[in-house]
Amino acid sequence: MNEVIVIYAVTLLLAWPLGKYIAGVFDGAKGTAGAVFLPVENGLYRLFRVDPFQPMNWQGYGNALLKLHLALVLIVFGLLMAQGFLFLNPDGIDGISWDLALHTAVSFLTNTNQQHYSGQAQLSYLAHTFGIVTLQVVTPAAGMAALVAIVRTLLGRSDKKKQPAVDGVVSVGNFYEDITRAIVRVMLPVAAVVALIIASQGVPNSYEGARTAIPLDQTAGMEEQNIPIGPVAPMVAIKQIGTNGGGWYGPNSSVPLENPTPLSNFVQTVSIVLIPAALVFALGFMTGRRRLAMVVMGVMVVMSVSLTSVAIWSENQPNVAFSGLAADGENLEGKEVRFGATATALWGSWTTQTSNGSVNGMHDSFNPIGGMVPMIDMFINVTFGGIGVGLIGYLLFLLLAAFLGSLMIGRAPEIAGKSLETREMKLVCIALLIQPLLILGFSAITVAFPALTGNSNPGFHGISQAIYEYTSAFANNGSGFEGLGDDSVWWNVTCAVNLALGRFIPILAPLAIAASLAAKRSAPEGRGSLSIDTPTFGLMTLAVIVMFTLLSFMPVLILGPIAEALALMS
Amino acid sequence: MSKRTPKMTDSLDPGSVFGQSIRRLSPKDLARNPVMMVVGTGTLITFLLGLSNLAQGKPAGLDFAICAILLFTVLFANGAESVAEARGKAQAGALRATRKDLKARKLDGEQYKEVAATDLRRGDRVLVKPNELIPADGEIVTGAATINESAVTGESAPVLREARTDNSGVSAGTKVLSDEIVVEVTVDPGNSLLDRMIALVEGAKRQKTPSELALSVLLAAMTLVFLIVVVTLVPFGGFVGATPSFSVLVALLVCLIPTTIGGLLPAIGIAGMDRAMRANVIAKSGKAVEVAGSIDTLLLDKTGTITLGDRKATAFEAVQGVAPGTLRDAALLTSLADPTPEGKSVVALARDKGSDAEASEGTEFIEFSANTRMSGVDLPDGRILRKGATDAIRKFVTENGGNYPQETDRLVDRVAKNGATPLVVSEGNRVLGVIALSDVIKSGIKERFAKLREMGVKTVMITGDNPVTAAAIAAEAGVDDFVAEATPEQKLDIIRKEQDEGRMVAMMGDGTNDAPALAQADLGLAMNSGTQAAREAGNMVDLDSDPGKLLEVVEIGKQLLITRGSLTTFSLANDVAKYFAILPALFVTSLPALDALNVLDLANPVSAVLAATIFNALIIPALIPFALKGIQFKPASATQLLRRNLLIFGLGGLLLPFAAIKALDLMLTVVI
Repeated sequence: MNEVIVIYAVTLLLAWPLGKYIAGVFDGAKGTAGAVFLPVENGLYRLFRVDPFQPMNWQGYGNALLKLHLALVLIVFGLLMAQGFLFLNPDGIDGISWDLALHTAVSFLTNTNQQHYSGQAQLSYLAHTFGIVTLQVVTPAAGMAALVAIVRTLLGRSDKKKQPAVDGVVSVGNFYEDITRAIVRVMLPVAAVVALIIASQGVPNSYEGARTAIPLDQTAGMEEQNIPIGPVAPMVAIKQIGTNGGGWYGPNSSVPLENPTPLSNFVQTVSIVLIPAALVFALGFMTGRRRLAMVVMGVMVVMSVSLTSVAIWSENQPNVAFSGLAADGENLEGKEVRFGATATALWGSWTTQTSNGSVNGMHDSFNPIGGMVPMIDMFINVTFGGIGVGLIGYLLFLLLAAFLGSLMIGRAPEIAGKSLETREMKLVCIALLIQPLLILGFSAITVAFPALTGNSNPGFHGISQAIYEYTSAFANNGSGFEGLGDDSVWWNVTCAVNLALGRFIPILAPLAIAASLAAKRSAPEGRGSLSIDTPTFGLMTLAVIVMFTLLSFMPVLILGPIAEALALMS
Repeated sequence: MSKRTPKMTDSLDPGSVFGQSIRRLSPKDLARNPVMMVVGTGTLITFLLGLSNLAQGKPAGLDFAICAILLFTVLFANGAESVAEARGKAQAGALRATRKDLKARKLDGEQYKEVAATDLRRGDRVLVKPNELIPADGEIVTGAATINESAVTGESAPVLREARTDNSGVSAGTKVLSDEIVVEVTVDPGNSLLDRMIALVEGAKRQKTPSELALSVLLAAMTLVFLIVVVTLVPFGGFVGATPSFSVLVALLVCLIPTTIGGLLPAIGIAGMDRAMRANVIAKSGKAVEVAGSIDTLLLDKTGTITLGDRKATAFEAVQGVAPGTLRDAALLTSLADPTPEGKSVVALARDKGSDAEASEGTEFIEFSANTRMSGVDLPDGRILRKGATDAIRKFVTENGGNYPQETDRLVDRVAKNGATPLVVSEGNRVLGVIALSDVIKSGIKERFAKLREMGVKTVMITGDNPVTAAAIAAEAGVDDFVAEATPEQKLDIIRKEQDEGRMVAMMGDGTNDAPALAQADLGLAMNSGTQAAREAGNMVDLDSDPGKLLEVVEIGKQLLITRGSLTTFSLANDVAKYFAILPALFVTSLPALDALNVLDLANPVSAVLAATIFNALIIPALIPFALKGIQFKPASATQLLRRNLLIFGLGGLLLPFAAIKALDLMLTVVI
């Protein structure tokens, strides 16, 4: 228990200075540490022939973001199909099927890292390091850039001089500048620190081929064992720090090579939440609204601690299959005994809260209620959430709460002095509506036509598996209720749709809303207007988040994990 | 106002409300409201399901029961709208009844002919004599008259209306008490303020306001979410061998979608305008009422709003070397012929202080003129007494070779600092002293401003007074800010400045020169007694012509929005209990383990579904009083209000249905 408290405390303590640093990075022409990084960034601008000074309106910003992602997805898709013919492939791994390549490319493109393959066996070093790791660095940076643009536009300090309009539409900043700074000054340095620490703990870091070991006891029938290695440490670092989640090895951070020691487990756990939490503090530093940042942090911590507690409690209950046996104790099925139930439950909860998706145990083997926690985490998806997108998602709920809250105090709907009208509400509703539409819609089709499913389980757990897979895709999480035969055309293509829509609509709609609000005249906030930085409003936002999630997903939770738990109990 | 506060059910004919509710079942009417459209469709589907079960010889009781409850849900929603409409129309109708069958003397050159009031057109001129009713809304073009406006305002004290002043507007149905006047008709028949108001209340022409539109988007989106949830339950249930009953699914859908707020939304909007009308304020659009709630700044004319219209003399301050009695008597003499309340108050004060001066034969009274800004008397004994504005007297005295003592300036300053207006009195080329004319602050106004400040509304006093006087009055009345030495034209600039800073501004005005400012303000409340230009420019008209009405209008606007927001929150919070009632009922037959979720311990699946559905239907009529009267509103800071309403409508909305559904279930088990 104490370890959980220590990990929470250390994470939040580190997030504070990092948040301040991140806010500084995006502040002004040079930003924090400009003297060190600007030369590198200027080199990159010249290399890619982009202009980091041209202000962009939201359409321009969105366009630049989409174009970059389109280019990346094409490159990675090609790389995955053709890896068998390319270099850096000492183990001679072949190319993968088109649908798996599509799903994998989109999955990494959307900062999801949902894997329908096993990394060490199906991907070459080239695909891993240049394809996958590139996306693992760029996509969280893209999320961070979008967040910075939205926050700057929606809540930017009024004392700062206004950016000029572009084609008559409010400027939201420059995408190339934002994403480059996010990569060069945040993602890479932080990942480097984490990589060094875990490499020191024994995580492999090599371009040599797999090692061969001779088992001590060959009587079991295995004469020699192939142990895949590679440049694992940097990839694990970026997968943890960048809310990515796709590991080098199929079983992810439960493999001793990927997560060898208690210290590496500690560092990797902290890394899951570090940047998402830092961004909440950064929100306060960027906008001067420290109180708002504290309230948002408060709401997120309350959600995080409550859900994590449920998961930890559940996993410390015995597995029903063992009930009555002498081995009565915590549920250790699908867990690394090195970590035990508590550390695995904490990781499982955090990794789904942050849209990270890396695992150090099998979520599929959690007790039903424990397995429900990651699902709820991903339904909510704004408990810290993915880098950038988590806070963007929170802002959507904030807008909804502000809409209702303004009415409840007798004012026309507004947020931070800008009026919320039909156009903004339409965008908020679209961004919120597609979640139940895609998750429930695809899951329903999947269970209605069992031939498509490849479900390893009938009944309640079968529903949970389908819901989990699509939720993980939509939430850009990437973890899975494994045991699902998910490398099929149906799963690959439908998940790719969920991945893409679940990534880009929740980014672009709020960007459009921010621009639309920024163009309006701004009313000074006073005693009579809704203040969004009070605990009362924080509580209201929490209620809106909980209600929306509950109302959308309570029926499937009942037919999935809850029915399963009740059936097991009786 | 309080003079006419009919009961909720006044002038309501249950038969006509029921008829209206039935008529509104037509698909065209239902389509205006997506939430009710879904309920209507559900009614039809459950009816067909019932028929199909009947045809196959299966039990169809539950289908028809759900169908009936859903039908009532729609009828209750329609009824809410009809009741609100009927009340609004009755209110407007009562006002309009006063102008039925009026005759008019229509002028045609020097001649006039009798015509029916309904035949009058805009631009026609009519002659109205004492003890006659004014036939149409218009403006006096010739003459002045005292008028009894009680038919419109409920206030029986006569008021003075005069051509070419800011008080030239008259309303149809009001009675001329004295003098003949010529009125120019300003509206065509069917186009008067009241006609427009009635059109706003009536369904067909009613336009949704901006926040109503945005809220409708949210309600439609929630409806879609629940449609997805319910439709996907079919395959999910089927997958675990518990295919749910379609009728119960329809019941679940209807319970989940925001029928409560969806059904009451039109009624809330109409009721807002109706409440304005009860305060004798006619809104020209629903938007105007809504905007009132968001007002940040109130521009208030000092005179008439903050202070009583008339100033009173409160002190005489003589300069050194002048006996107090001399000043007192001079002041009295200069005011004897002054018919204004101010003049009369000078006389009264002087008499109070024991003056017995009288005007002797041959006294010549000099009237006040805007040019000289002085008035006074030339006495037969050659004395020339004058009273007037400081600089006017200074000029007069020095021009006559006199000496204007510095001490006068000190006296003037002292009077002004106390919030009074100084009038200087002179005799020949000698200054005698100063009369202090004090404004009388309306009783209770300070408390109202305190309430407004509590709500975060800034009050700005506009006055023609000098800054020193203005500051004193502002402090006494408790306004947040003031603009001194203001002209009506300046109001426009003040409004623009506030708006540029992002504030929503309300003002009240009556004069033609107020018209641009009234049009520019987010909420322009024109006095009915004002000129036609002012009445055209404002987006609300106050029949009582009471400048204090702005405060009431702000509260009505806030109440309207609070009602909408709180009932939306309530409606959505209700859904949790309904889930707990219906979901176990939906699956428990096939999946007995789910009975553990029947936290309310409802008797059986049928009673559970019916109890939830009946609750969902009954909550609409139960909340109609809230919708019509508006949710009680206590001035408080935004955060306090939010906390209070969240507690009542959020937490209350979460808990109440648990109790209500359990109670209904108990009743049903007795009945079934």
